[in-house]
Amino acid sequence: MSEKSDPPLPLPRNASMLIDSYDISGHSGTTGQNTALKRPVPALSSDTDVVKERPPVSPQPTDSPPPNGADLAPETRWMLAVRDQRDKAAFASLFDHFAPRLKGFIIRSGSAGAQAEEIVQDVMLTVWHKAEQFDPHRAQVSAWIYQIARNRQIDLHRKLGRPLPEELKEEPGQEPDASQIIAVQQETQQLKDALSRLAPNQRDMIEKAYLGELSHQAISTQTGLPLGTIKSRIRLGLERLRHDLKGMR
Amino acid sequence: MTAITQHTPDALLAAYAAGTLPPVFALVVATHISMCAECRAAYESHQAVGGALLDSASEATLSDGFKSNLMAQLDLPMDQVITRPAPQPTAKAKGIYPAPLMEVLKNKPPRWRSLGLGMKQAILNADEGGSLRLLHIPPGQAVPDHGHNGMELTLVLQGSFSDETGHFARGDLEVADEELEHTPVADGGEVCICLAATDAPLRFNSLMPRLFQPLFRI
Ligand SMILES: [Zn+2]
Repeated sequence: MSEKSDPPLPLPRNASMLIDSYDISGHSGTTGQNTALKRPVPALSSDTDVVKERPPVSPQPTDSPPPNGADLAPETRWMLAVRDQRDKAAFASLFDHFAPRLKGFIIRSGSAGAQAEEIVQDVMLTVWHKAEQFDPHRAQVSAWIYQIARNRQIDLHRKLGRPLPEELKEEPGQEPDASQIIAVQQETQQLKDALSRLAPNQRDMIEKAYLGELSHQAISTQTGLPLGTIKSRIRLGLERLRHDLKGMR
Repeated sequence: MTAITQHTPDALLAAYAAGTLPPVFALVVATHISMCAECRAAYESHQAVGGALLDSASEATLSDGFKSNLMAQLDLPMDQVITRPAPQPTAKAKGIYPAPLMEVLKNKPPRWRSLGLGMKQAILNADEGGSLRLLHIPPGQAVPDHGHNGMELTLVLQGSFSDETGHFARGDLEVADEELEHTPVADGGEVCICLAATDAPLRFNSLMPRLFQPLFRI
C-alpha cells in the first residue's frame, strides 16, 4: 500500500445499463414483494432513466426472497432480506449455503469437529444479530462472514478481542446504489476466477495466509496477493459513508 | 491539506484480517484504518479474498439437528446464545485519538510520564506480547537513536517527525524493521504525538539512551 492513492475509478460506462437491468423500485409485476435492497428510504421509481426496459429474466427458483434484483447474487438477496425484513426463510437459505463451507473452512484452520460446529453456530448467530452491519456497497456476504469467522476463532483464544477499526455508518437517507453493489459483486467474481487460476502451490500459500496459518513476516515474502482492482471499487463504496476522513489534516 | 502518504503494507493488512498480527500491531493497524480510507479499502479487499476462499471451501457435513437447533435460537438475545461473546468496542474517537485507541485508553486521557528533555510517554501495554505506547515529543526534539530486534510501527497522531527514511505527518505509518537504525526528530511547530508498537525490545546505541531504557520499559 505504499503507492500513492489510486485515483477514484470512473463509473463503468455501462453503469446506467446496470441500473436499468435491476429493478430497485419493485414495479413490473413484483410489487410488494421486493425484499432485496428495501431500505426505509424512498425508492428510485421517480427517476425516469432508471427503469426502462428489463432484459429477459430467467425463471427464479421459488425459495425466498421472491424474485427481484435479477443481477444480485442470491446470497446478497438473502442477506438483505435478513437485514431489512428479519426474514428467517432467507436466513435458512444463507445457512444452507454457508454453514457447511464454514465448517470445512474452520476445520482446515485447525479446529476439530465439535468445536468447529460451535464456531459455525456462533458465526451464523452473529450474522443474524449483527445483520445491520452488512453493507453490500463494500462487501459480498462471503467477505463479511469470513471476517466474523476469523474474529470468532481469534476471540476464543484471546482474553481481549481483536482490535477493530472504528465502524463507519451510512449517511442517513442514502439510497442504495445498485450499480455499486453489482460492481462489487463482479469484482469479487473476478477475484474468485483469479484464485481458481493460480498454481496449486500458490493457492495453497494464499489459503494458509487467510486461514491464519502464516505470520505477517511469512506473508510479506509471498508476492502477488491477488487483490486485483477490487480495492478501488470498495474505496468508492466507502465514499458513501459518514466519516471525517476527508478533512484529516 | 495533504493526504496520508505512508500506508500499511499489504502483508500487515492481510495478517490483520486473518488475525495473525500480534495484538500491539493489530491495534496500530486498526487505528490507522480508522484514519485512512485507502487502507480501509485495502483491508476490506483482503476480507474479499478471504470470502472468496470461504465461498469455494469444501463443504463439511453438519451433524443431525444442527440447523433446526440453531434456527430455534434466533429469537433469543445474542448474549444468551453465544458463549463468551467478544467484547464490543464502545469507545468513540476523541480529539486526535481514533476509536480503537480510545478503547485501549478506556475513554480516559493518556497518563503521561516524563522522560526528560520535554519528552513524555504513556505506556499502554508492556508484556511478552510487545510494547505499545504513546510518545509526546516537543518540536525539534530527537528520540534517542535506536534499532529494533523485531518490527516497530509508529503512527503519527499529531504534528510530524522526520528521520533517515522520510517525513511522517498525521495519519502516516512508519514501518521500521530490524535493519533500520533511525533517529526520529519532531519537526518544528506542534508537539508530535505518536503511537508506537514493538514486538521486541529496542536497541539503543549510546550510553545515555541505555539509561533511558528502564524508563521506556521497552
Ligand atoms: Zn493508509
